[in-house]
Amino acid sequence: MQLTDLTALELGRKIKEKEISVREAVQASLDRIAQTDGAVGGFVTVDAEGALARADEVQKGIDAGQYTGLLAGVPVAVKDNICTEGLKTTCSSKILYNFVPTYSAEAVLNMNRAGAVILGKTNMDEFAMGSTTETSAFGPTRNPWNPDHVPGGSSGGSCAAVAACEAPYALGSDTGGSIRQPASFCGVTGLKPTYGTVSRYGLVAYGSSLDQIGPIAKDVSDCAAILEMIASYDRKDSTSIDRRETDFTSALVDDVKGLRVGIPSDYLGEGLDNEVRAAVMKAADVLREKGAVVEEFDLSLVEYAIPAYYVIASAEASSNLARFDGVKYGYRAKDYESLHNMYKKSRSEGFGEEVKRRIMLGSFVLSSGYYDAYYLKALRTKALIRQSFDRAFEKYDVILAPASPTTAPRLGESLSDPLKMYLGDIYTISVNLAGLPGISVPVCTDSKGLPIGVQLIGDCFKEKNIIRAAYAYEQARGRFPAPELKACGTSAVCRENGDRVSACGAGNMQEIHEAVPDSVQKVCKGHSDLRPACPAAKEVG
Amino acid sequence: MESCDGISEGKVMANIISDETIEYVGILAKLELSDEEKEQAKHDIGRMLDYVDKLNELDTSGVEPLSHVFPVHNVFREDVVTNGDEREKILANAPEEKDGAFKVPKTVE
Repeated sequence: MQLTDLTALELGRKIKEKEISVREAVQASLDRIAQTDGAVGGFVTVDAEGALARADEVQKGIDAGQYTGLLAGVPVAVKDNICTEGLKTTCSSKILYNFVPTYSAEAVLNMNRAGAVILGKTNMDEFAMGSTTETSAFGPTRNPWNPDHVPGGSSGGSCAAVAACEAPYALGSDTGGSIRQPASFCGVTGLKPTYGTVSRYGLVAYGSSLDQIGPIAKDVSDCAAILEMIASYDRKDSTSIDRRETDFTSALVDDVKGLRVGIPSDYLGEGLDNEVRAAVMKAADVLREKGAVVEEFDLSLVEYAIPAYYVIASAEASSNLARFDGVKYGYRAKDYESLHNMYKKSRSEGFGEEVKRRIMLGSFVLSSGYYDAYYLKALRTKALIRQSFDRAFEKYDVILAPASPTTAPRLGESLSDPLKMYLGDIYTISVNLAGLPGISVPVCTDSKGLPIGVQLIGDCFKEKNIIRAAYAYEQARGRFPAPELKACGTSAVCRENGDRVSACGAGNMQEIHEAVPDSVQKVCKGHSDLRPACPAAKEVG
Repeated sequence: MESCDGISEGKVMANIISDETIEYVGILAKLELSDEEKEQAKHDIGRMLDYVDKLNELDTSGVEPLSHVFPVHNVFREDVVTNGDEREKILANAPEEKDGAFKVPKTVE
C-alpha cells in the first residue's frame, strides 16, 4: 500500500510514530498530484514550495511536542472559496483570478494550530453555484472514476482530489449539498455540520444563512477527527455557536442497537434512480441487521425545498456578491467610461453565466413589490420545512436518504438546463434550510461503475448520531475501493488561445507537457504553477 | 426529475418578464447585459419564477419568516483594534492604486 492510499488518520499515526516524516507524506501527495491531476483537474493552485517548507516547520513542531493532534503533519487540500493567507483564493471565478487573501479563514487557522500542511486550492463551481464543477472559470474537474463524468459540485475539486488519492483529506463548503453530493459522486465521505459549528469567517460568502465548511475524506473516522479539529466558536462569525461536546471522534462506535432510523418515503418516489434506491435499502438492511429500528415515514414538503432554496440563496448571493466591483481586488475591465460603468463592466466580464443568473434572480426577488411575494414567502416555507424535520426527529435519531437522485452525469449534460440541474439537489437542500448536519457515505457502485452514496441526516447538534450510524455502516461495508485512474482519451482546448491540449490519462504527464505549447504553458502558469495541463482547458467532443 | 410539475418547456409561462423589469434588475444587480443576454435572462427568470410559484400552494399564513435557524442575538463588545496595519498587503490586491489608496475613475468634476 502506498502512502497516498492511507486515510488521514492512518497517515497521522505513521507521522506520530516517526515511521515517516511530514516531508515524506507531503512529497507523496505532491508526486501523486503531478502524476494524476492533469487528468483529474482537482486543483486550481498547487503550492508545492509552500507545502514543503511548511512540512519541515510542522516536523519541528511535532518533534518539539507542539503539535500532538491526530492529524499533525497530514497534508490537506482546501476548496478555493476558503481564504488562505498568502495563497491565491479564486472561487474559480475570473473576477477573483489573482486574489491573494491577507488572512486565513478561522477553519484554516484551526487546522494550522493542529499542524496541517496545505497542498493547494481545489476547483469548484464558480462561487459554489452549481452541482457539477463545470461552472468553474478554469474548466471542469473530471470524476476520477470515469473522466467522461462530472465529480459533482460545488466541492467537486476537493472530492475528486480525495478520491484520486491526491490529498488524504480536504475542506469543502456546503450551501445546498455541495459537500454531500460530490462526495457521493466520487465515492468519498463528506460531512456538512450543523449550521454555526464551523466558523464562516474567511469563507467567501454565497448564501450566508446556509453556508457551512465541512470535511471530505476517505472514511467516517477521518471526517469526525477533521470536524473536531475545525469546529470552534468564533466571535468573528456572528452566527457561530458556542457548542459543548465537539468531541466527535467519541461517536466512532460500532453500535446502533436501538437507534431509530427513518427513511422519508417521499424521497423514494419518482425521479429516484433504481440503483440509488437499492443502495439506500442496502444501507438500511445493514443498519437493521446491526440492531437499528428502521422504518419509512412521510417527511412532507419535499417538493417545496428547492424553490425556497433558490429564492433564499440567490437573494443572499446578490447581496454578498455586491462587493466584487473591480475596486479593491480581482478583475477590473479594461475599457470604461465612469465609476458606475467600471463597476458594471468589471462585474459583467468577471462573473460567469450561472453566477449572473443567480444575482439577477436574487436582485429581482429582493426588489420592492416582489420582496413579500418571493423572499418572505420562501422564509416562511423554510420555517415549515424546519418544523417537518422537528416532527421527524421526535420519532427518529437519524434520517437515512439518498444523497442525489442519480449517480454522476456525463460532462456537458447539465448546464444546458439549469432548472433540471437544480432538481438534482432535492435530497440535500432541505438539510441546509433546516440547519441540520448530514453525512454522505459511499455504499457501492452502479452498473456503469460510478459510486453511489447515501446520506444520513441528524437533528441540530446531533452530529454524533450520524457519525455513529455512518461508522457502524462502514464497519460492515469495509474499506471503499479507490478508483483506477484510466486514460480518458479526450482532448481539450485552451480557452485563452484555442490551442489543443492533450488531457488524457494518468501517468502521461510527460506526454501532456510535450503536447502543451509554450503559449499555453504561460497561460497555465498564470493559473497554477504545477498543473501540467492547461487549467483553462475545456472539453471539446 | 423531468416530470416535475410546472417546469416543462411546453407549459404556458405564467411569469412574463418585461424589458423594463430586466433593465431595472440589471441596474440593481450592477450588470451590463447584451441584448442576447437580456433575452436569455428574461426566459431564465420567468421559468424560475414559474417554478417558485409552487410555493403559493402552501398556506403560510401565521408562519413567521425564518431568517436564521437558531435565534441570533446582538453581541456587544468594546471596539478594540486587534489587527495590525495591513495596508500594503491589502493594496497589493487592488487593480489600481495611488498614494496608498484604491484608485477609481474620476467621480467629481
